[in-house]
Amino acid sequence: MNKHTISVLVNDQPGVLARVAILLGQRGFNIDSITVGRSEEAGLSRMIIVTTGDEKILEQVMKQLHKLVDVIKVQHLSANPMVARELALIKVGANAANRSEISGIVEPFRASIVDVGPNTLVIQATGDSGKIDALIELLRPYGIKELSRTGVTAMMRGTSLAAKIAN
Amino acid sequence: MSTETAMAEKRSYFPQDLGKPMTGAQILLRSLLMEGVEYVFGYPGGAVLPIYDSLYGHELKHILTRHEQGAIHAADGYARSTGKPGVVIATSGPGATNLVTGIATAMMDSVPLVCITGNVPQNLIGTDAFQEANICGITFPITKHNYFVRDAAELPRIIREAFHIATTGRPGPVLVDIPKDVSNQVTNYYYPEKVQLRGYNPTTKPNRLQIDRMCQAIKGAKKPVILAGGGVVHSGAEKELLDFVEKTKIPVITTLMGLAGFSGHHPFHLGMPGMHGSYTANHAIQESDLLISIGARFDDRVTGKLSTFARNAKIVHIDVDPAEIGKNVETFVPIVGDVKLVLQAVNEKAEQPETEDWIKQLMEWKRQYPYSYENDDKVIKPQWLIQMIYESTKGEAIITTDVGQHQMWVAQYYLFDNPRSFITSGGLGTMGFGFPAAIGAQFANPDKTVVAITGDGGFQMNMQELAVAAEHNIPVKIVIVNNRYLGMVRQWQELFSQRRYSAVDLSSGPDFVKLAEAYGIKGMRASTPEEALDVWNKALNHEGPVLIDFEVEPEENVFPMVPPGAGLDDMIMGGE
Ligand SMILES: Cc1ncc(C[n+]2csc(CCOP(=O)(O)OP(=O)(O)O)c2C)c(N)n1
Repeated sequence: MNKHTISVLVNDQPGVLARVAILLGQRGFNIDSITVGRSEEAGLSRMIIVTTGDEKILEQVMKQLHKLVDVIKVQHLSANPMVARELALIKVGANAANRSEISGIVEPFRASIVDVGPNTLVIQATGDSGKIDALIELLRPYGIKELSRTGVTAMMRGTSLAAKIAN
Repeated sequence: MSTETAMAEKRSYFPQDLGKPMTGAQILLRSLLMEGVEYVFGYPGGAVLPIYDSLYGHELKHILTRHEQGAIHAADGYARSTGKPGVVIATSGPGATNLVTGIATAMMDSVPLVCITGNVPQNLIGTDAFQEANICGITFPITKHNYFVRDAAELPRIIREAFHIATTGRPGPVLVDIPKDVSNQVTNYYYPEKVQLRGYNPTTKPNRLQIDRMCQAIKGAKKPVILAGGGVVHSGAEKELLDFVEKTKIPVITTLMGLAGFSGHHPFHLGMPGMHGSYTANHAIQESDLLISIGARFDDRVTGKLSTFARNAKIVHIDVDPAEIGKNVETFVPIVGDVKLVLQAVNEKAEQPETEDWIKQLMEWKRQYPYSYENDDKVIKPQWLIQMIYESTKGEAIITTDVGQHQMWVAQYYLFDNPRSFITSGGLGTMGFGFPAAIGAQFANPDKTVVAITGDGGFQMNMQELAVAAEHNIPVKIVIVNNRYLGMVRQWQELFSQRRYSAVDLSSGPDFVKLAEAYGIKGMRASTPEEALDVWNKALNHEGPVLIDFEVEPEENVFPMVPPGAGLDDMIMGGE
């Protein structure tokens, strides 16, 4: 069972996200994360879906997605070199005594402290999901009060080279 | 595809209307005419009042059913018997939700339908207004596509797209939800010449290389067999299939949906596969070294236990829907394309393999293990009844069925000869389908004999449509195979629950003859084979609708049977 990252270009229509989510649920596919936002073209949105399954499941997910009339293009990103990023906001318990310790953990991750409260810090981190998982593990001992992750957005690396690889 | 061109010819209607102001409702009806629609089946209500107002005196023929489910199954029967899309109209809320079973039925069997629903005005959407239901949300999983219309100016494009999507590629139901304010909105009418849908381009032409691989596989096969499904019927490829068979001498198994896609008389027809399939068909699949699936989707009722299904065979899978390929079985040669085009390409190249021994073996099985039952001259055996109906109509009738034992007996004992002559709910197995579907088929085929063969259970799920048959005096023949049980469920309880007949007794009636008479329809009854013959002859010669209540042997079972979860060669043959 592998993780797969799929990019889906869709019509920017009300209900499209629901259509995609219902389709995946109906077919029993699991969704690790799903993100949507505008794409490079007006009127089209891009969804990035991270799913887990073997090759057969992946093939079905892609084929079923393709059946939706509002789906323009389906790409298996993780088949090729890709950039994948997630944003996380992590609120940890902190006091005067351990603040600098926490900031020492945050720094090598190139994460930043974006809010300082009397008993908390909010840390913003971006990176691949593994890096964010690792940071969260290191912060756990301080007490994670709140955690919000965006899910993965991703794209293929390069253009011409990647296009060559894809074909 | 033939329907596409047929519709295109009709599309020159009403050029004088172009650019004129009209209401959304009027635009809708004009658009339906542009698509070549002749009949719409429906039921009015508040949210579709503007549409019904426009229908008043309109040249579109509207058939008022007595339930929305009756309307959509009738539209489905119309579609399956003609290949043209069926059209249904329902009001918002309960009207729309009453369509749900019919939409799912059409989706599972790939039937082209365009379902028009009304909705509450847009300013009330989302407020839990009176008779509001989010029908688009409800039907996401059971439509090929659906639309919520926000502006009357978009209606022509949407209707054009809806028909295009419903009828091309793998056909299916499309729903168009129109809020009442859009139906009332006045705008200038136009009709788009072309459909432009970036995300929708069904592949119909097959890949040459894969065709070559398929022909290569045929050449080397010793025990090839064809599994032909509903895709043959949908693409109108009956002739191409026959050519393929005659050319290669490969025998054919037809799924329930594919039954009328290949002549039941042909010596190379091995019958139906699966749970109630023939001995020959099931054993042929298990023994075969090459299984050529044509427009079939390996439903579990066909395959039995998947891990043992066709275990010796390489599988060639032909389907217009790429998502079907590899969904249930592993494929040796995948071919995406319209079945007709694929077979045309194959027929140019394929050679006949060496299969003499294989065919000898199959013919021996056919002779040794035909579908069989013990007849009786005092009681009507349902199998005998179906054979009798078959012989009297010479396979020329359009037969619709409901779901249950009678459906399987029709599949086994009625030999279909003509395309689109067998109409049944295969994928969803919808009781209540058969009779309204027969009404739709009869409207579409006024000169043909249309017979609805139904169970006493299934008929009672939509018998209110007797009113439609009576009102329009259509000559539909309703055959009730009355065993006073929910027969198929009773059979399972007999075989797998030690005869604990829980909730299957229908002996309390009603008196179907009186029921028919109450609607002003001729009703007849038969309880012996002799009466059956007599009554059936009268029915065939009767000009209007007629209902015949055949009281049959109550505890007859359908055999052979592959128990649920078993492999195809694990058949209970019956009489053991
Ligand atoms: C709408 C619906 N509800 C329930 C079922 C489950 N079911 C399958 S066959 C059957 C019995 C059908 O009985 P009847 O219509 O009398 O036909 P018979 O099997 O006796 O020929 C039932 C209840 C179904 N297929 N459809």
